[in-house]
Amino acid sequence: MSSGTRIEARFADLKAQGRAAFVTFVTAGDPGYDTSLELLRALPGAGADIIELGMPFTDPMADGPAIQASSLRALNAGQNMIKTLQMVREFRTGDNDTPIVLMGYYNPIYIYGVDKFIADAKDAGVDGLIVVDLPPEEDHELCIPALEQGLNFIRLATPTTDDKRLPKVLTNTSGFVYYVSVTGITGSKAPDISQVNEAVSRIKRHTDLPVAVGFGVKTPEQASGIASGADGVVVGSALVNSIRESLDADDAATDSTVPNVLKLVSELAQGVRNTRGT
Amino acid sequence: MSTSVPNSYRTGPDDTGLFGIYGGRFVAETLMPNILELEAAYAAALKDPSYAAEMEDFLEHYVGRPSPLYYAERLTEHLGGAKIYFKRDELNHTGAHKINNVMGQILLARRMGKTRIIAETGAGQHGVATATACARFGLECIVYMGATDVERQAPNVFRMKLLGAEVVPVTSGRSTLKDAMNEALRDWVSNVDNTFYCIGTVAGPHPYPAMVRDFQSVIGRETKEQMQAREGRLPDSLIAAIGGGSNAMGLFHPFLDDASVEIFGVEAAGRGVDTDEHAASITGGRPGVLHGNRTYLLMDEDGQIDEAHSISAGLDYPGIGPEHSWLNDTGRVSYISATDDEALEAFKLCCKLEGIIPALEPCHALAKVMEIAPEKPADHLMVMNMCGRGDKDIFTVAEHLGVKL
Repeated sequence: MSSGTRIEARFADLKAQGRAAFVTFVTAGDPGYDTSLELLRALPGAGADIIELGMPFTDPMADGPAIQASSLRALNAGQNMIKTLQMVREFRTGDNDTPIVLMGYYNPIYIYGVDKFIADAKDAGVDGLIVVDLPPEEDHELCIPALEQGLNFIRLATPTTDDKRLPKVLTNTSGFVYYVSVTGITGSKAPDISQVNEAVSRIKRHTDLPVAVGFGVKTPEQASGIASGADGVVVGSALVNSIRESLDADDAATDSTVPNVLKLVSELAQGVRNTRGT
Repeated sequence: MSTSVPNSYRTGPDDTGLFGIYGGRFVAETLMPNILELEAAYAAALKDPSYAAEMEDFLEHYVGRPSPLYYAERLTEHLGGAKIYFKRDELNHTGAHKINNVMGQILLARRMGKTRIIAETGAGQHGVATATACARFGLECIVYMGATDVERQAPNVFRMKLLGAEVVPVTSGRSTLKDAMNEALRDWVSNVDNTFYCIGTVAGPHPYPAMVRDFQSVIGRETKEQMQAREGRLPDSLIAAIGGGSNAMGLFHPFLDDASVEIFGVEAAGRGVDTDEHAASITGGRPGVLHGNRTYLLMDEDGQIDEAHSISAGLDYPGIGPEHSWLNDTGRVSYISATDDEALEAFKLCCKLEGIIPALEPCHALAKVMEIAPEKPADHLMVMNMCGRGDKDIFTVAEHLGVKL
């Protein structure tokens, strides 16, 4: 339905190179707008192939403590939907290739207005959406209107998504499938690599879409292990933790914030790149 | 918003869990199989007479139902208008209506083979009821409670621990009921196989709003029969307090298609609905999506959820059950609100005139009885749901009255 998005182009390109995509998650506006934008602009240079940008929400029910805290830091620093879209717009002035996926919860989008959100997001240069609390049962809310306007709608598949439910989850999914490697919240227990690879193969039997894996990936070794079977590796909580560790007592950015995060991104990106794809 | 008058107000929700535009299943994919499993298990239980029989037996012998419908004679004389009845759900085992729903869900959890029960609680009444039922059936029980509430509801925390539950203080977000619900949902996402989430009110993803309503509707069904026996007819008005809205929905639902019955839901206005310290989602909020359903919510212009405030921890929630949102938009139920101060006045009056120490939650309804009853004729029959007893609140009340205990 949405041929030719930056996401599709990026996965096709990486497939030709024979390696998996490294997908980074940061929350928009964490720890403040300026630092967050600086970080966003530097992520591709440090090795991020695709950027997931969190839309902060007060009540992130599927996220662990690290991402909850980053959401609150962003909100406390004055982040809102208008500023998140503005951040993407500013990013696009210097980078027209790296795909950006907005990730978050439905209420801020619903309150912004679904049609206006889709139009403004597209206009700002957003390529796809991940909305955690919109399962296929609620596709008419946002998924279908977004697909009609050429945005990718990326769905989460989980270990609880059995073969019977997978087709339902995959219908109307585009761009890629985000496989949640553990039943749990973001940043929780480390995934079992062989189980993950098995699950990725299972999903691939149902779809031609690329499959990216996330939740609990923290180290270059884990990233490398997952990259051996999946089309993409998502890292979020580890980056967000690295932001937190660099802040001063008032949760403000320090000189080490951006360099620390970028160093970790480079190491993780090496982990992904040093892996032979299967 | 749909404002057309339906043929019946009692047929919702539809197959997708919607009451008009409200309700639904706004949850993470990890939970969808659980929600669907629960929906199927509940539908199967409803068709099984042994489930109903088991429920009835426990409600009678363990909970102590039916609860009396009591004529509040001195309050009636004092107010000088409508004849006021209290539905005495504060006389249930554990002291509130919460146990009606908990028994239904725990019996269902047993049928489903779930061994680990999780719950969220604000004031602690739902937590105590859940811990009670889990003790009775030997089930593991984990109760999530905002750290702020753990502090201000110490007696209920101790009760839960005595009953063998693990009480987990929640410090994420702003450490209140909505954060406790977030944390319970996170637990459920992480422990989908063996865990049953026992939600305490008529909110959350489908089928919870309908299921909890069904379990609480015993309140309204009994009221109908008891009023018939006492007065030979239907009541003229019903009134109940609303946080999430389970006691109100339980009283209202059996009467929704009785057009002659006027129905009032009373939200907590805290320090006033024109301040930012209240919990009146319908009066002071607008439709949004949180905790699995679309409903009226308190939030800012960016869709970020606001903290609620009420003197009553049980009403301190920034949302309301989706069926209430629909009943508001259709106009079937009138949603009004009472402030902290009004509730305190009602509390004192009830103690003095009726010898009943009420929970602060129903005091919000009682405050509006004090306003509405005097305007009604003497043959007007009004039923207020006395949904909880006030033992848990005496510390809060003493503090507000400037008394040191």
